[in-house]
Amino acid sequence: MLQTIGYLPIGWLVIAPLAAAAFFAFYFGRQRVGALTIGPTFGARLNSQPNFHGYFLAIATVLPAAFVLLMYLLFSDGFVRSTFVSELPDYLIARGPEQVDFFVNRVVEYAQSKRASTTGNLLFDASVERFSTLKGSARLTAIFLATLAGAAGFFFGRHQLSRRFPARSYVELGITSALFVCAAIAVLTTAGIVLSLVFETVRFFSLPDGPSIFEFLFGTDWNAQTGANFGAVPLFFGTLMIAFLAMLVAVPVGLFSAIYLSEYASPQFRAWVKPILELLAGIPTVVFGFFAATLIAPLVRDFAQWVNALPFTPDTLLAAQPTSALAAGLVMGVMIIPFISSLSDDVINAVPQSLRDGALAMGATKSEMIKQVILPAALPGIIAAILLGVSRAIGETMIVVMAAGGRALITLDPTSDITTVTYQIVALLTGDTAFDSARTVSAFALGFVLFGVTLLFNIIALRVVQRYREAYE
Amino acid sequence: MSKPALSPEAFAEQRLKKRHAAERRFKLYGQLAIGIAISFLAILLVSISSKALGAFSRHMLVVTIDQSELSQRPELTVSDLNLAVRDALLEEFPEIAADRQARIELFGLTTRLAVLPLTEEAQDDPNLFEGPVETRLALSDDLDLYLKNNIKDHESREVGRAGRFAADTSGMFRLTDADPDGFVDFQEFVEALPAPNTDILISLSGAWFELLDVAGAALELKHMAGALPDLGEQNAGRIEAIILPSSSENRKVSNRQIVFGMMLQERGKIQYRFNQSLFSNSDSTYPELAGAAAALVGSLFTMLITALFAIPVGILAAVYLEEFAKKSLLTNVIEVNINNLAAVPSIIFGLLGAAVFLNTFGMPRSVPLVGGLVLGLLVLPTIIIASRAALQSVPPSVRDAALGLGASHSQAVFHHVLPLAAPGIFTGAIIAMARALGETAPLLLIGMVAFISEVPRSPSDEATVLPVLIYKWFSGAERAWEPMTAAVIIMLLTILVGMNLVAILLRRRFERRW
Repeated sequence: MLQTIGYLPIGWLVIAPLAAAAFFAFYFGRQRVGALTIGPTFGARLNSQPNFHGYFLAIATVLPAAFVLLMYLLFSDGFVRSTFVSELPDYLIARGPEQVDFFVNRVVEYAQSKRASTTGNLLFDASVERFSTLKGSARLTAIFLATLAGAAGFFFGRHQLSRRFPARSYVELGITSALFVCAAIAVLTTAGIVLSLVFETVRFFSLPDGPSIFEFLFGTDWNAQTGANFGAVPLFFGTLMIAFLAMLVAVPVGLFSAIYLSEYASPQFRAWVKPILELLAGIPTVVFGFFAATLIAPLVRDFAQWVNALPFTPDTLLAAQPTSALAAGLVMGVMIIPFISSLSDDVINAVPQSLRDGALAMGATKSEMIKQVILPAALPGIIAAILLGVSRAIGETMIVVMAAGGRALITLDPTSDITTVTYQIVALLTGDTAFDSARTVSAFALGFVLFGVTLLFNIIALRVVQRYREAYE
Repeated sequence: MSKPALSPEAFAEQRLKKRHAAERRFKLYGQLAIGIAISFLAILLVSISSKALGAFSRHMLVVTIDQSELSQRPELTVSDLNLAVRDALLEEFPEIAADRQARIELFGLTTRLAVLPLTEEAQDDPNLFEGPVETRLALSDDLDLYLKNNIKDHESREVGRAGRFAADTSGMFRLTDADPDGFVDFQEFVEALPAPNTDILISLSGAWFELLDVAGAALELKHMAGALPDLGEQNAGRIEAIILPSSSENRKVSNRQIVFGMMLQERGKIQYRFNQSLFSNSDSTYPELAGAAAALVGSLFTMLITALFAIPVGILAAVYLEEFAKKSLLTNVIEVNINNLAAVPSIIFGLLGAAVFLNTFGMPRSVPLVGGLVLGLLVLPTIIIASRAALQSVPPSVRDAALGLGASHSQAVFHHVLPLAAPGIFTGAIIAMARALGETAPLLLIGMVAFISEVPRSPSDEATVLPVLIYKWFSGAERAWEPMTAAVIIMLLTILVGMNLVAILLRRRFERRW
């Protein structure tokens, strides 16, 4: 019995009784307060509507029970496991923690699979049974405690209910706190990112086979797959080079489209072209990666071979690799075009009309007005847009994974394959569970650098945008 | 002064001309930029859809299994049915039954696992094999590709009229001409072929041969398939040659398999049909059997988790920041934080998932539950920002009126402001979900690249999602993966366009100007 309880699906087990309890408490509370108002007594008006009393009672019932169950979900596995380990025979413990872990994992797995058959190994079978029993009793205890807590909350709440009881303020306080928790999740996410990156990075530099910070940041040899060299300069170089190539495409095209759309285009043209550019922004990066690898990369290669074959160039001038920095950079640039154009469009539109009218009244042509009045006025915003674009290019993953190759090289030849920070993170962490080798942990150090740099760009850009917006409002 | 001075009017005119030219140039740059952006989009869509076209239909091999003893077997295995399929194939080509190499090539027309659906059918219906059963099996991907792309490059040519047909000692055949110097033209043609390594197939009264050598008076031939003609005089029968576009060394299908393909097509035993398995099958190591069903369901579960987590939390957080929060350091921190979080590269969220969900909390790898949570955190800032914008657009008069009539703060917000902001909020939520649906990188880091051969049944089963499937198939070595990858991309893009259309319609239908 205990053993089956331990492995019932947990979802409905938690939600259904809680929902039932909440409904019951709500109707009970409403009813009760509603009953109080019957009678012609003067001053029988309620402080809060009956509904609020119902809500209050429901919250008072469910909250403690939910808290107990949450504690169970978070801590029961660890508790059951440690109790189980403490009961293991001494000779097993004496084999060292790794062996014990291995044994326990096998027991857990076997118990989870709910196989009725026994293995024949007496210790193992007894362990499985004991583990299941422990798990079941932990769950029963949790259910009992949750019921107790819910009942306590219910009776406490019921005791509070009266005509003058300000149920509404309490309920609203509850709602506000719940809203605050939701808003705080974003902060918790950032905290989680920063903490996990910092923690793993520190671990990386303290590993016996890990490098020193200096080696990591300034070394020029990267060979993480074999765990030998962790000099990340080629990765930083590749990332910046591809980002540079991307911006070479994205900035002129994005900026000029924004200028044309906001200053020259007719409203009908704008109404057609803007959604098309947005469509470009909605295409998943893995699709861009496929496009880069299957269409653009072969073109780049053919072009490089054509250049090599020219009579006045040396035959080995360009590397002409099947995957190349140029292919990835070009397509990444296309991906960033809508980003730059829509942000620049916003800032150009934010320039006050009076500046335009003034310049035109002085006899400037439209292009002179744009070049000499609007662009200088919008410059900070445009720079912010470019910074955000660069931060996107640096953090972009799928295009480089599919089209840029994985060789850690420092070369100025755009037709050579080249690797980036994001490529290496994916290569190091895909299909690997062990978090203890320098190889996997190095991905977090790379992630830390990536996070730091993009964050810096974002903060600067968002600051500029904000200040700029204030200046014209 | 060497230059003659211009009159002021001429100078002004010249300068004006220059300025107008600059104006036109500048305008042209703008048009060019938009042209580049749009043509890139067009090229992308056209190139991917033209690649995908090939994958939506495929060649199927029609096999009739007529073995009633199969229905007496208690449990039919894949191997049993494979043997039956092989027998049926040999019945089509009895003439090659003795040739071991030819048999291997014939059996290579389908993969072993192609009979899997038939096996399952037989398990449901034990009497299936009482009578003859006609079934369609997936043709091997290499031959399928060849029939799709290369067979149209076959060039056929008259060789001459057949004379004597004789067997060689080494198992080859010699065919002499009926007319004097009848093969000279053909020999000249063969020698003039630009690439020396093209293969040539010869057909003579229903049998197919590979051309080994041609001398003016005789053809040296190797039998491929089709009933052999009787040895001796051929009574000047027609000889036809087919020049293949490539030699067998440079392609995956052998010459004999091409012959099988052509003969079976002629007999109606290879049919070109809609590729149903692309939508109904799960992933497989064989491209001809692989499908996107598991990834579709995986995407669905992942999106479900993402939506259940991110949409309520995002809306409530936006309500707090917009309606309840007082200006304080804390709320300021939260705001800056959300704006920055929206621009953090997606792969960082993958690292977060790997370190926190997998490593610290010990959640299982490759499950939609974890993937959905990671994507939920990823799109949360987007939803918050969109919801705040929607809440901001509701005029304060609505709030004031509600408060003035005695509503509490939360009643004013939840009964009046939030319903009015709902269309905007849901538009933002749908766009955020579309972004989550296309996201790949963070899911790679939490192990959603595992090979999944079963359709997941709940969010806690191992699964993969469409974008990850695209990445996986793209990495596959065989050429057949490329059109299949493009086909999955088209599926994904169709879903995304659908979601965006819903968002646009929602906005059009319910948008209100205050």
